[in-house]
Amino acid sequence: MSVAKPLPHDAARLHVTGSARYVDDIPTPAGCLHLAFGLAEIASGTIARIDLDQTRSAPGVVGVWCAKDLPTDCDCSPSAHDEPLLSDDSIHYLGQPVFLVAATSHLAARKAVALASITYEERKPILSIDEALEAGSHFEEGPRIWQKGDAEQAIQSAPHRLDGEIEIGGQEHFYLEGQAALAVPQEGGDMLVHSSTQHPTEIQHKVAHALDIPMHAVRVETRRMGGGFGGKESQGNALAIACAVVALQTGKPAKMRYDRDDDFMVTGKRHDFRIHYSAGFDAKGRLQGLAFTQYARCGWAQDLSLPVADRAMLHATNAYFVPNVRIESHRLKTNTQSATAFRGFGGPQGMLGMERVMDHVAHHLDLDPTAVRQANYFGSDQNAVPAAVQTTPYGQPVEEFALGEMTKALIESSDFKARQDAVRAWNETQPVLKKGLALTPVMFGISFTLTHLNQAGALVHVYQDGSIHLNHGGTEMGQGLFQKVAQVAASRFGVGLETIKITATDTAKVPNTSATAASSGSDLNGMAVLAACDTIRNRMADHLAQLWQVPSDKIAFGDTSVTDGNRTISFAEAAKLCYEGRISLSSTGFYRTPKLEWDRLRGQGRPFFYFAYGVSASEVVVDTLSGEYRILRADILHDCGASLNPALDIGQIEGGFVQGAGWLTTEELVWDDKGRLRTHAPSTYKIPACSDRPDVFNVALWDGANQEDTIYRSKAVGEPPFMHGISVLMALSDAVASCGRGYPDLNAPATPERVLAAVRRVQNEL
Amino acid sequence: MAEVTMTVNGKSVTKSVKGNTLMTDFLREELRLTGTHVGCDTSQCGACVIHVNGQAVKSCTMFAAEADGAEVATIEGQANADGSLSVIQAAFQEHHGLQCGFCTPGMVMSAAALLKENPKPTEAEVRDYLEGNICRCTGYHNIVKAIMAASGQDVSSIAAE
Ligand code: FES
Ligand code: FES
Repeated sequence: MSVAKPLPHDAARLHVTGSARYVDDIPTPAGCLHLAFGLAEIASGTIARIDLDQTRSAPGVVGVWCAKDLPTDCDCSPSAHDEPLLSDDSIHYLGQPVFLVAATSHLAARKAVALASITYEERKPILSIDEALEAGSHFEEGPRIWQKGDAEQAIQSAPHRLDGEIEIGGQEHFYLEGQAALAVPQEGGDMLVHSSTQHPTEIQHKVAHALDIPMHAVRVETRRMGGGFGGKESQGNALAIACAVVALQTGKPAKMRYDRDDDFMVTGKRHDFRIHYSAGFDAKGRLQGLAFTQYARCGWAQDLSLPVADRAMLHATNAYFVPNVRIESHRLKTNTQSATAFRGFGGPQGMLGMERVMDHVAHHLDLDPTAVRQANYFGSDQNAVPAAVQTTPYGQPVEEFALGEMTKALIESSDFKARQDAVRAWNETQPVLKKGLALTPVMFGISFTLTHLNQAGALVHVYQDGSIHLNHGGTEMGQGLFQKVAQVAASRFGVGLETIKITATDTAKVPNTSATAASSGSDLNGMAVLAACDTIRNRMADHLAQLWQVPSDKIAFGDTSVTDGNRTISFAEAAKLCYEGRISLSSTGFYRTPKLEWDRLRGQGRPFFYFAYGVSASEVVVDTLSGEYRILRADILHDCGASLNPALDIGQIEGGFVQGAGWLTTEELVWDDKGRLRTHAPSTYKIPACSDRPDVFNVALWDGANQEDTIYRSKAVGEPPFMHGISVLMALSDAVASCGRGYPDLNAPATPERVLAAVRRVQNEL
Repeated sequence: MAEVTMTVNGKSVTKSVKGNTLMTDFLREELRLTGTHVGCDTSQCGACVIHVNGQAVKSCTMFAAEADGAEVATIEGQANADGSLSVIQAAFQEHHGLQCGFCTPGMVMSAAALLKENPKPTEAEVRDYLEGNICRCTGYHNIVKAIMAASGQDVSSIAAE
């Protein structure tokens, strides 16, 4: 069986030889046009005058479009129909596309854009959380509030209380392949679109809407992305629509790729948050009541902000049982890029709020933060409420909780206690370099919180020579989904992976798919493929059983052959026999996740099929004179259920941790007071480089099968490991705390400047 | 327009190019060698690394005209003559040194330049050398491991497995 083997990425050979194709590498038919957007230079206001004459007459320019030249409003929004492709004269953020240029080359289009002259009537933009609150600028009618028990009363009557606040910065996806799309006009007004997208069906839907044609007239194909991380869930819509409009109106193929700076200026990023907390707890740090107010800066359009903010609420208490909770969530509308999906989808922000509470409570009581965490875990026997009836704040029972044991195992394997002592001893003697060590858990809910998205389809063909064509609705962005799903198919037919052809995601093969998001790619598509394969396999078994005059259940598939125990033929021979016996060797497969039931307005139900768990311990050293720091060591123990492919899963964990650590340390987005993003290139926006990763980095998989009936009892792995980065921030907090008596109160990202300021604060507090 | 002649992956090519044609565009569009990727256009990500006269160069920051008369190697020319993978390529595949693969050609080219200069680098030297190559997916661990393995060093002690 190929399932559970650590096989390399299916396209590894193509990648190392440079022959893997991304959208920009697809050979285009002659006459392909290249597009570029002209972007707004102010954050809020209207266009007073726009002069595009010079742009129009620039060399190589074939056409220029403003909003009024488009066939429809060409809405790009995945949710609220509030994102016209081009500005309708009102400007909502600095970087908003205002006009579109098509030219004979990428460079010609970009140069022509620079010749435009636009004058604006500026309004004072709403940029910060405070400005949005003051102006009452928000999405939905007001804050969303979920409660369990009476948080206020519990906090008031608790023996100890504290209040605090943390600011959490956003994050640029920085998928290494920027956004890209290519539209090729077909006969009769049909459109073929190649898009670097996590959501081909959404691209199809939005292009069809923009061109005012049925979805059947648009076909979207996605072979792979050079990274997605959520940034290609909705942010590719604009490029695909622009290409399709130009292709339709000129009859020529049209291609668009954002230059890296444009990608930063135009597209949405992770939501930045402010989280205020009030906690009431006992002398052991066990929480009795907890109230959060979360403020999410959503940018100018709604995009995916509501489900993102919902997920921040869903993960607001992370892995801890809190008897009385109140969570209030504000979704603020600002004149900035429209914040969007990013690995974790609000979960990381919510979870960080809770880990901050744990850290603060432990500091307040002068207790070991790890002990405080363990005392609050679900199922902890130290809790007053019996484990069997403990639920999350939204009422989902926690039926399987692995973190108690996982934490003990990591403490053991990482030699945590001894290193804690060593860090303490070091800090007592070292005046300048201070070390910190922290352990944080992750409990991440798996399923789309919009319940109807939890469905998937697949299409499998077995050809008469025994080769197999595999297609499903998931997209490949590097995570290894295609390989995992192919391993499932190979295992069902008992053949080797070389028998299976993995093909590009294609809306003409599998319709109505969900985005490859919410970590659900292999859970959903793996099951759909399994269903399709089993349909074909059962038909084959029935036919061979009839030929051989044996019961169907005697027919077994394995080792690239089929046998009834006496006779054995190759899988290819079996396929040929079935073909000749007029047996259909093609099938679709479909899957919908069971058990889900969710009322988002009340915040009650079972939004998640199951939880994925993990725990990490990070050690850092801080230079207290400069605020600079390094990650010395990280140990991670992560739960992938029964892993479909341990090598790919470990890769996700390593990459997720480094990306999560980047979010909370060096990746700082800075907007100036005009609303211009000042960190719009890798020169000013610092994602982790090769030397930033920890010196010692141990990643292990927790050995355990999923209790729920998932594909081969595996668990989703895309997002959960991202939140292991939180242990780095908490380790920094630990190091800073050793400088004095005060609480470090570190905001994220904890850049060296912020760390230095925190060191000073802590040193000065008596 | 000026005529340039260079050897690319062992083959001589002559083309007329504009003075402002970037080497990346020349390779990708004129020669259809699309394995050289553009990740940032501004000399920072390393996805476009090629070799010019044996030196690792970011091709997004070089004009095609500057390569006139040069010996150029790209990712497409790294495999052995019989089509089998080079030691470095095979190590990236075997040690999972890639996810989305977009950074991979640049990583492989940088690694090849490093190992030519320093056939048995330490882990710290590998990391240091890769400062100009960004990877957003892998967290670098397996990339470093692949390069160490390609240099013939034992990687069993490099943890995370
Ligand atoms: S594209 Fe050349 S360094 Fe990024
Ligand atoms: S593998 Fe995606 S950027 Fe390196």
